[in-house]
Amino acid sequence: MARRIGTDTVEFSGKPRVCAWSSTVGKKEAEGPLGAGFDARLEDDLLGEKTWELAEARMFQQTVERCLEKGGVDRSDVNYLLGGDLINQLMASHFAARGLEIPFIGLYGACSTMAESLAVGAMMLDGGAAQRVVCAASSHFSSAERQYRMPLEMGGRRQPSAQWTVTGAGATLLCEALFAPRPTAVITHATMGRVTDWGVKDAANMGAVMAPAAARTLQAHLMDTKRTPEDYDLIITGDLGAVGHSLFHELLGQRGIKLDDKRSADCGMMIFSGEQYAQSGGSGCGCSASVINSEIMERFSTGELKRAAFIATGALLNATSVLQGETIPAIAHLVVLESSEA
Amino acid sequence: MNGQKTPAQLNIERMYKGMVERLTPNSSFARNLLKAFIIGGGICVVGQAMHDLAEKWLRFNAEDAAAFTSITMIFLGAFVTGIGKYDTLGKHAGAGSIVPITGFANSIVSAAMEFKREGFIMGVGARMFVVAGPVLVYGIGSSVVAGLLWMAFGGR
Repeated sequence: MARRIGTDTVEFSGKPRVCAWSSTVGKKEAEGPLGAGFDARLEDDLLGEKTWELAEARMFQQTVERCLEKGGVDRSDVNYLLGGDLINQLMASHFAARGLEIPFIGLYGACSTMAESLAVGAMMLDGGAAQRVVCAASSHFSSAERQYRMPLEMGGRRQPSAQWTVTGAGATLLCEALFAPRPTAVITHATMGRVTDWGVKDAANMGAVMAPAAARTLQAHLMDTKRTPEDYDLIITGDLGAVGHSLFHELLGQRGIKLDDKRSADCGMMIFSGEQYAQSGGSGCGCSASVINSEIMERFSTGELKRAAFIATGALLNATSVLQGETIPAIAHLVVLESSEA
Repeated sequence: MNGQKTPAQLNIERMYKGMVERLTPNSSFARNLLKAFIIGGGICVVGQAMHDLAEKWLRFNAEDAAAFTSITMIFLGAFVTGIGKYDTLGKHAGAGSIVPITGFANSIVSAAMEFKREGFIMGVGARMFVVAGPVLVYGIGSSVVAGLLWMAFGGR
């Protein structure tokens, strides 16, 4: 049974297990350093649909379907689909769920959605509410850009602190521990973040918006579990980007938490190389969702990783709040992945 | 909302603002200026060539030549946007491709293209001026004010 420890953390004694994972990315992401590791690389980022929104919904649906296929599970055996995206009112996930016909729980955590869905999914499994759940998230550069920023063909320069919304989706099939086909990862803890706002208004510097939330959640997690960063092979943030990553390290230093560079990574910095015109790095729900559900899960299945903390961060702005001159709140959710062999 | 902030919160925000400014890289000032100068200047050279062409070869008077130049440049801006290349230009040029009249055409055509999928009435029709709208409202508005002032004080 799930058990609360400390102030913000839940410990899972039943060890909800990652049974399968799947990722889809667009062309630019496929050309990045992690390109070869993704399950599907889109040639056409419209996927034959007539709008970007429908394209993202299709990408979400295909990623979930592939995940179930890889896990050898029929969709009727899945109790819940948990997920979200960035489009208003979760258009992509709702439209995908329409085709999937799995009981659906929509989640919005901006770019933190992948960790949020894994955390909630693990709670449901460990609490006995489900035997199998699929956790998923997606984002699409073109659907996000038109909602939050400018028309695609509008010419303008991007600031070095800006981030590039990833076209991508990721899905994880979580099962009760007794369905255990091969060595993978289990989820042992989840620390849910508190909404944190340190007064940043610059929507072109999301890393600075989200870094305090990430530092706060990690600090709460380490206090609750009485651990140090040395207890983890990897502490991987969702999409802080290069700017947010350096702020995150500095904030941890101020709190007396020492995090080595070799134990620390950021999905947003991993997914694009410096030459790809992505400025500070990738962002969007699909960024951490696709990186976790490819590279990171693979490294668990090969035994290279024994324990990792995945902290996905989300900037909780919308087009209205920015125009109204409000500061941008942020959130960070953390899940601990551990090797099932450990 | 701002009235409710505690002194501790304001202190954190002040400290953090300094940290963000220190760790956020700035755009490369000199390189951006140079690119804006070259590309923006290039667009203006094309404009000047159009003007001279109209005056010397087509024998337009000065007023018609100016109108011809504007029309041609707006067409070129819209055309390059339509073939999907103006954003590439803009990512290098910055203000160099926004300030000339081609940038104005780009802001309208790109919005029209973007929102075509919401239909011709509520998409293109309603949202075509989503970027250029403020320029039109305040440009036309201030010209009306200037005109009234001109009439009131010393105009004919």
